[in-house]
Amino acid sequence: MSIQVENISKSYPKTLAVSDISFEVKEGELFGLIGPDGAGKTTLFRILTTVLLADEGKATVAGLDVIQDYKEIRKNIGYMPGKFSLYQDLTITENLNFFATIFGTTLEENYDLIKEIYIQIEPFKNRRAGALSGGMKQKLALCCALIHKPKILFLDEPTTGVDPVSRKEFWEMLKRLQKKGITILVSTPYMDEAALCDRIALIQKGQILKIDSPENIVSHYNKTIYKVRTKNKHQLILDLKKYPSHYSAFAFGEHVHYIDQNIHFDPTELEKYLKEQLHSEIDIAVAKTSIEDVFMDFTMLNQ
Amino acid sequence: MFILFGMPIAQIMLFGFAITNEINNVKIAILDKSKDKETEKIINKISASKYFHIEQQISSENQIKAIFEKGKIKAVLLFENHFIKNLQAQKQAKVQIITDASDPNTANTITNYTNAILQNYIQENNKIKTENYQIDTQTQLYYNPELKGVFTFVPGVMTVILMLVSAMMTSISITKEKELGTMEVLLVSPLNPLQVILGKVFPYIFLSIINATVIVILGVFVFGMPVQGSVFLLAFESFLFIITALSLGILISTVAQSQQTAMMLSLMGLMLPIIILSGFIFPISSMPLPLQIISNIIPAKWFIIIIKAIMLKGAGIAIIWKETLILIGMTLFFILLSIKNYKIRLE
Amino acid sequence: MNQEKIISTQNLSKQFGHFTAVNNISFDVYKGEIFGFLGANGAGKTTAMKMLIGISKPTSGEALVAGFDVKHNAEMVKKNIGYMSQKFSMYDDLTIKENITFFGGIYGLNRNQIKEKTALLVSELGLENEINKLVGALPLGWKQKLSFSVALLHDPKIVFLDEPTGGVDPITRRQFWEMIYAQANKGTTIFVTTHYMDEAEYCDRVSIMVEGKIEALDAPKNLKQQYNVTSMNEVFLKLARNIE
Repeated sequence: MSIQVENISKSYPKTLAVSDISFEVKEGELFGLIGPDGAGKTTLFRILTTVLLADEGKATVAGLDVIQDYKEIRKNIGYMPGKFSLYQDLTITENLNFFATIFGTTLEENYDLIKEIYIQIEPFKNRRAGALSGGMKQKLALCCALIHKPKILFLDEPTTGVDPVSRKEFWEMLKRLQKKGITILVSTPYMDEAALCDRIALIQKGQILKIDSPENIVSHYNKTIYKVRTKNKHQLILDLKKYPSHYSAFAFGEHVHYIDQNIHFDPTELEKYLKEQLHSEIDIAVAKTSIEDVFMDFTMLNQ
Repeated sequence: MFILFGMPIAQIMLFGFAITNEINNVKIAILDKSKDKETEKIINKISASKYFHIEQQISSENQIKAIFEKGKIKAVLLFENHFIKNLQAQKQAKVQIITDASDPNTANTITNYTNAILQNYIQENNKIKTENYQIDTQTQLYYNPELKGVFTFVPGVMTVILMLVSAMMTSISITKEKELGTMEVLLVSPLNPLQVILGKVFPYIFLSIINATVIVILGVFVFGMPVQGSVFLLAFESFLFIITALSLGILISTVAQSQQTAMMLSLMGLMLPIIILSGFIFPISSMPLPLQIISNIIPAKWFIIIIKAIMLKGAGIAIIWKETLILIGMTLFFILLSIKNYKIRLE
Repeated sequence: MNQEKIISTQNLSKQFGHFTAVNNISFDVYKGEIFGFLGANGAGKTTAMKMLIGISKPTSGEALVAGFDVKHNAEMVKKNIGYMSQKFSMYDDLTIKENITFFGGIYGLNRNQIKEKTALLVSELGLENEINKLVGALPLGWKQKLSFSVALLHDPKIVFLDEPTGGVDPITRRQFWEMIYAQANKGTTIFVTTHYMDEAEYCDRVSIMVEGKIEALDAPKNLKQQYNVTSMNEVFLKLARNIE
């Protein structure tokens, strides 16, 4: 077991950050913590990377206790905090060399590990980190976190505020790193990234809603979701929420995802209702469940 | 909030009490070669004034140099032989005011006040008696015969700059890492805290040494400041003070979470006390007693005493060992406190 | 759809030294429309937006916002628009009421108007019981909704939203969009940037900026057809990929 978390709780003077959280990450796994801001992801990361003490509970990283063996853990992990943690006034090369020196290694020694990522930012290697775009900063930060060949990589919201192209590339890099045997714990507020993890924990308000593989989470979901489309989307959402047996209605891409309270729901009834409400171009079909649907449902149940 | 509202009050109190060019209870010594009725009267008059406190009676001119080197006594009043006889026979007698002019302002004020007391004495005397007596005062200035202000100015500025560069810059550069989040990465690295701190502090040691050297060189070559004592001792003491300031900076950074707080703490907590309470501008001896006591915990006070003693008085370690030990003690205290305060974790 | 132009730019450019951040962009936004302004990091979105809200002067070209020229009449532009960004929303150490009063004051509303608006806004958001709470104590989602409402205090013709939903949970995100829809129905034009591609689908029309230029501008449906894909995410990836 690469990471083991048992009943961890932590609260700050005003808020409860994480409450009684337990989970495990297997060796070589790409594990995702999925949840919005304020869910407690960063707190959890800080506890596991030994920079914060939990109020209660136990946690081990690479078999080492996060409190007693913190020094040993710090040698074995790579950490990319949520805030961009590089020296803004140093160039790419200077940042890399700096972090290599701190970890008692050199850029050349582990070059093969970061090579694929590094060549993408190499053309700008003399540019100051502060002047890089979001996507490049994130690649540089990843290189820095990898420079000492860590066994476990902790990435706290590496893709927040990054555009879809850079995000896609970033996840491709993570997949390749995983193949090299590195265990990765990553957090993200983007639900679509959840599907790219081996297993995920859905987390909200300091509590874990569900832990499983994305496929299982989706296939074990027992409600049928309908995707509804009409010409006027805003009116559609309002009208669906007025439909007597409605359970939930949320905008979802070009459609509205609708769930009915009734198991024996008949879409034609709904279509009739929408026609009465003067909707046109009505289209109702069963939708493919996504992690985001499940997450929203769990959130509603939790409230 | 405390800083915003408490500080102005504290400052106005400090300035009100400390900023005064009046002198108060200045310690002086008397060398009375005549020991007659008149000199006794004068001495009593001086002793009765609130400006002076007669610390010591000495018996020979040879002792003067030694007492000034110690730095406690700021002036010696010398009554000539046969004072009363001269006064009666020649209607004129001599008093010499010898002052320690390493602090020119104080020296000047002492001279003026003493003159005033003597004049007052003569006037009272002349009312009773018909003859007109006169007292001829001669002033002698030790260490700084031209009363150059730069002689206090250079050591003062050096102290302020070293504090500024070392303490403020160190604390700001460390808190900056906390703000940027780079500290988090440094924490999660095999580096131990000592290495992180030393790495942050080293450039500022270097910078401070250069600064100190430049100030001394400018002082000597541009303003004619003497270096009477050993240059090596001066260098050693300056280095010691740099370390003191750095350890203070580290201490501040262990407490402050943001650059802003670090800056406020260094400015309010270090700079102002240095300027007000170190004796750089306002003589400590004329401050109220509580402030005099507080001034003892300010490292800058001791450093200013030390460099003045070395540069102007040519003092060796034998004379300033006490001040040096105090500085070393303070430094160790700050370092220990910062190590205790330094957190291997956030929060 | 109303065809009255509320934003109109012509060959708008902005250069920083030798670097061209925005390169000759021309587009129109119509009244009451939800206009999505997309682009990769560093594509020039923020720069373009800054010019439109009158806080950055164009190097060349023209832009009319709410009928006023951004170059010469920036103050009038600012009076007629609302702005909300993820970074700056509200003062955390003021209460909800104080924040509303403050921003109302900034936009020149008088005491009575502020009172009226406050009551209306608070009841719409269902925050009656929290009105004297510090904004800092509110959950992120609520803060975003509140700051959107505050951006609308002075009844602006256009609201600019700079990544309004970053980091917000999926449900709150959708509730936020329902507010946007409602506002657009009232005739307010919405100009919004986002990194969530499903949110791009909620817009009436979207533009995609790549390296300072607008590479595509149309309704999401048409764009998907044009690039022969099923989601805006793919449209975006295709466009941005071509360049790299």
